[in-house]
Amino acid sequence: MTTATTRPTAVTGAVGTAHTRVEGRDKVTGAARYAGEIPFADLAHGWLVLSTVARGRILSVDTASVLGMPGVLAVLHHGNAPRLDVDYVGMLGVPPDPTAAVFQNDRVPHAGWPVALVVAETPEQAREAAEALVVTYEEEPHDIGFHAGRPDAHPVDGHMPGVTEKGDLEAGFAASAHVVDAEYTTPEEHHAMMEPHAATALWDGGRLEVVDSNQGTTWVVDELVRMFQLEPSAVRVRSEHVGGGFGSKGVRAHQVSAVMAATLLQRPVRVVLTRRQMFSLTGHRSPTTQRVRLGADADGRLRALDHRSLSRTSTVWEFVEPSAGVARVMYDADAHRTANEVVRLDVPSPTWMRAPGEAPGSFALEAALDELAERCGVDPVELRLRNDPDRGPVSGLPFAGRDVAACFREGARRFGWAERDPRPGVRREGRWLLGTGTAAASFPAGALPSTAAVTAEADGTFTVRIAAADIGTGARTALTLVAADALRVEPDRVRVRIGDSDFGPAGIAGGSMGTRSWAWAVTAAVEELRERLVPGAPVPPEGITARSDTTAAVAGLAQKERHSFGAQFAEVAVDVTTGEVRVRRMLGIFSAGRIVNPLTARGQLVGGMVWGISMALHEEAVRDGASGGLYGPDLAGYHVATHADVPVVEADWLEGTPDPDDPVGIKGVGEIGIVGAAAAIANAVWHATGVRHRHLPIRPDRVLRAGGPRV
Amino acid sequence: MREFDYRRADDVSGAVALLGADPDARYLGGGTNLVDLMKTGVERPARLVDVRTLPLDRIEPADDGGLRIGATVTNSDLAAHPLVRDRYPALAQAVLAGASGQLRNMATVGGNLLQRTRCGYFTDVTRPCNKRVPGSGCPALTGEHHNHAVLGASDHCVAVHPSDMGVALAAFDAVVSYETADGPGELALADFYLPVGDTPHRETALPPGALVTGVTLPPLPVAARSRYRKVRERASYAFAIGSVAAALDVSDGVVRDARLAFGAVASRPWRARAAERVLTGAPATAEYFAAAADAELAAARPLPDNGYKVTLMRNLVVAVLSELAEEAAR
Amino acid sequence: MAPSTSSTVTLNINGEKHTLSVDHRTTLLDALRERLDLTGTKKGCDQGQCGACTVLVDGRRSVSCLQLAVASDGREITTVEGVADGDRLHPVQQAFLDLDGFQCGYCTPGQICSAIAVIEEHAAGWPSAVTEDVRPDAGPPPLTPEEIKERMSGNLCRCGAYVQIAEAVARAAAETRSENRNETEGAAA
Repeated sequence: MTTATTRPTAVTGAVGTAHTRVEGRDKVTGAARYAGEIPFADLAHGWLVLSTVARGRILSVDTASVLGMPGVLAVLHHGNAPRLDVDYVGMLGVPPDPTAAVFQNDRVPHAGWPVALVVAETPEQAREAAEALVVTYEEEPHDIGFHAGRPDAHPVDGHMPGVTEKGDLEAGFAASAHVVDAEYTTPEEHHAMMEPHAATALWDGGRLEVVDSNQGTTWVVDELVRMFQLEPSAVRVRSEHVGGGFGSKGVRAHQVSAVMAATLLQRPVRVVLTRRQMFSLTGHRSPTTQRVRLGADADGRLRALDHRSLSRTSTVWEFVEPSAGVARVMYDADAHRTANEVVRLDVPSPTWMRAPGEAPGSFALEAALDELAERCGVDPVELRLRNDPDRGPVSGLPFAGRDVAACFREGARRFGWAERDPRPGVRREGRWLLGTGTAAASFPAGALPSTAAVTAEADGTFTVRIAAADIGTGARTALTLVAADALRVEPDRVRVRIGDSDFGPAGIAGGSMGTRSWAWAVTAAVEELRERLVPGAPVPPEGITARSDTTAAVAGLAQKERHSFGAQFAEVAVDVTTGEVRVRRMLGIFSAGRIVNPLTARGQLVGGMVWGISMALHEEAVRDGASGGLYGPDLAGYHVATHADVPVVEADWLEGTPDPDDPVGIKGVGEIGIVGAAAAIANAVWHATGVRHRHLPIRPDRVLRAGGPRV
Repeated sequence: MREFDYRRADDVSGAVALLGADPDARYLGGGTNLVDLMKTGVERPARLVDVRTLPLDRIEPADDGGLRIGATVTNSDLAAHPLVRDRYPALAQAVLAGASGQLRNMATVGGNLLQRTRCGYFTDVTRPCNKRVPGSGCPALTGEHHNHAVLGASDHCVAVHPSDMGVALAAFDAVVSYETADGPGELALADFYLPVGDTPHRETALPPGALVTGVTLPPLPVAARSRYRKVRERASYAFAIGSVAAALDVSDGVVRDARLAFGAVASRPWRARAAERVLTGAPATAEYFAAAADAELAAARPLPDNGYKVTLMRNLVVAVLSELAEEAAR
Repeated sequence: MAPSTSSTVTLNINGEKHTLSVDHRTTLLDALRERLDLTGTKKGCDQGQCGACTVLVDGRRSVSCLQLAVASDGREITTVEGVADGDRLHPVQQAFLDLDGFQCGYCTPGQICSAIAVIEEHAAGWPSAVTEDVRPDAGPPPLTPEEIKERMSGNLCRCGAYVQIAEAVARAAAETRSENRNETEGAAA
């Protein structure tokens, strides 16, 4: 018998107040278990073998000698692996990447392609056997040459139209008082999250269980069900704690090969990728080469804008890095053209990586804006205020709150922008030249359909179940606060369970859509529950559960330009005699709708800005022309920012303009922090030195080659 | 990684005996480089002889005013030692500029000298590399080489030595002592590393099976005014793209004595003797510092993508020597 | 003695002795995670390039991925599971929790172990690469944000929680100093 009643204590205000992470104690004590850390009896270990050639055909896989090695249980490869169904379009609207649908044929489309899985009793045995496995190839010449002007470049629609066009561009440029025409490049970049991809697969009572590290259990279940042609109810994917994702943690070779091996051996099999394997198996951000042409009146008002971006994909999967998309939101001109083109090369498949499109696109566009400001003699902040459109430049739709101007005004005030001397290369402090720069930021505020269940428990607490993923965003905590406010109870009476596909379909932790999508479903389920709770009546021992599904609500959302916006500011120091560039401080002011948890939201925004530092100064995966593989694919060869690279980085936000048509009000903070950050830094490097750096990262050798101030 | 035998040595002669003449055996110090190379398959030893616990972990002042540093002294202990910081500050700075706090706690002096290049072709067993597989070729010459050698390299190998510590030791005339089955021996650091030539796989002049037991620093008053500056592609926890260890004795505006060595520009820590010759007796001005750098860098043979290193080293030499001259004038 | 590819070792972890037979290829990291179910220590790169596997070995921070288990025989090892005082978090852990010095949490155990050692190394007077004057007469450097960041740089955090981590380390260091002061004063009294 329970004495608890359904009378909720009328409490609100959890949302908007800083709360430490509900799983924080587990994370600081080491108690939080990630995918590769859940113990299983009779566990076997799989180790992937990757191709050493960039293009060709597998001639033979010498399994016999390896099967005789100590502890080796099986070798899976294209000659013996089960056939998968790959002829489908998954929940993210794309077909599966063949890099994940392993061992289906003898073709090798890039260096580091998975060719076999060796399974053994211990990881050490699996590793040694995988290294000993002899695979022979018929090698074919490969092409990895990525550069502007490739004749095989073609526009691709992807998640947005490949090309948008209005007005007469050439006439617009001819009539412009100032024209900027420049090419910008960004290199191949990698997610490099700290936790390597890991999965354990096992059959348990006729059900396939996969313990994984992913950005959405619904997403992974959906792909595995289709590939292995299983009943949806026969597969369960769990992903409790996730050591970072950034777009890379969907379905990859590790889950698929683990399922194959677990099915074959009928025992649990764990496959963990090595750091080096991650560099070819888990996606990356394509390099881009972008030509931006801006034509403006004498006062800096844009007459013509042309942004063409070329990215690279593999020969087996089409993915476009839509860098020109950012101009469709940020700036209008009578003549306006944007194009996202792609070229297919013998390289691994790229994928979504934090702010896909916006991150490299904003670098090119916002750096070009800075060049235009210089030409026009207009302050860079003022130039952006003058070119702030009131409707979507391409869509013509109204903005659901566009607070770019307010972000710039607040940021400029706090950064001390008014005191800035616009002349480049005139500030020196010891060996360092100093400069400041700014750039705008935007990222779409989308939502994905989700379901949630909320249970009023007999003991007066509430349990929320939703297949959300907390990849470091603080989703578990945010949803606790959202549910608490909706239930009008203290957050400590709410328990949020996530990361389990058995909780029903939900959107992914990606595209800055996670918290927005899940909060919507949780709120709807709470509303339903509150209707069913009778005040004062006892709750039965099994509790009272209400469910929600936002599919119809998401589809019915009024058509608007919905985005987070922001203004980025950076101060840098450059030693042109050594080429060293140091960021001294950064400030980002954002308008991102309702902020659920200021503590974790600030972490997200600052983390994005740290990615901007890393993108501007450090990150570059170098592909070796002769082999087609990466040079130094590890964390010593691929540099991400360290503690010492990150100075005072501040992020703050404005209340923003509320949108009466939006029932959630949350816009997402996962990606906006990186957008514009690299451009602000590059623009500051120009202000420090008088030299434009249009090719990222701004490495010491590039600074040295470019020389010192022209003043 | 293949299976291997593991032995822990109790004393120096025991360690040498345990290794014997076995070409498949390796001494294990801190393991920060060797274990990594075993994971990437570059090293496949059949036996490891653990020498980390040998009684070679002391730093002792020598009677002549120099220092004797045991081979198993960790990088951390070396950098923290008061005598090192007082008499050879550039050595402490160089060690602190290397790796991370964790790695410095593990890595030993002997292992630091013997660490292998971080050239990405050397560490990738699927690629050719003359250092790893003699005669297989050097992809860096026409491939990725923006952080490769500009001095002392050959058509067979353009890899650079990754040590920071070694650069300061080279500047300060360190002597390496070792033990073999036939008894002890010594090599000046200047003779310790072999020229690249057509045998890049032969890296040191140590006899086969030799165990490095320590490093001796001679008394060197000029080293008390010394400095190490390292340039890398992020602010910390990265290998150098260029570094300088310098010591300068200036009186009445004239250089009385100078020591200069470069890092990350050659297959070994590069002692800049041509530059030192220009410096000694010259006015302590930026003009002469630049001339000294130019004298050393005249021998540079950059590849298409690493010519910036010549500029970088020239600028670094001028900057570091100028700072030391300013300090001396204070 | 005939060659052997495995050995029996005794690892003293968080004050508890564990005797086990290890394949010589097994790293300390894998022994902790795969053999002893101490999964708080994380494997980020397995190559000494990220710091996620940082533990204290004989009181000094080390990357457990490059340390062989067999070579750890008899050494005192402290992992993230062993730094709290029962239910009372270590000041570094508490500061990470309060100031949100993490996001995904995967680098966090390594950051925490490293930070504990950084505070001790600094208290012992060790200079760092950003210490202006390393000579002993110059005295120990103050633990500025710049010093903290340089000393912590062997621990990558891809979520970019560096700003909050540095704040957490500074707070914990200040607490440790005041605690030590109180202890000293208590002893004097």
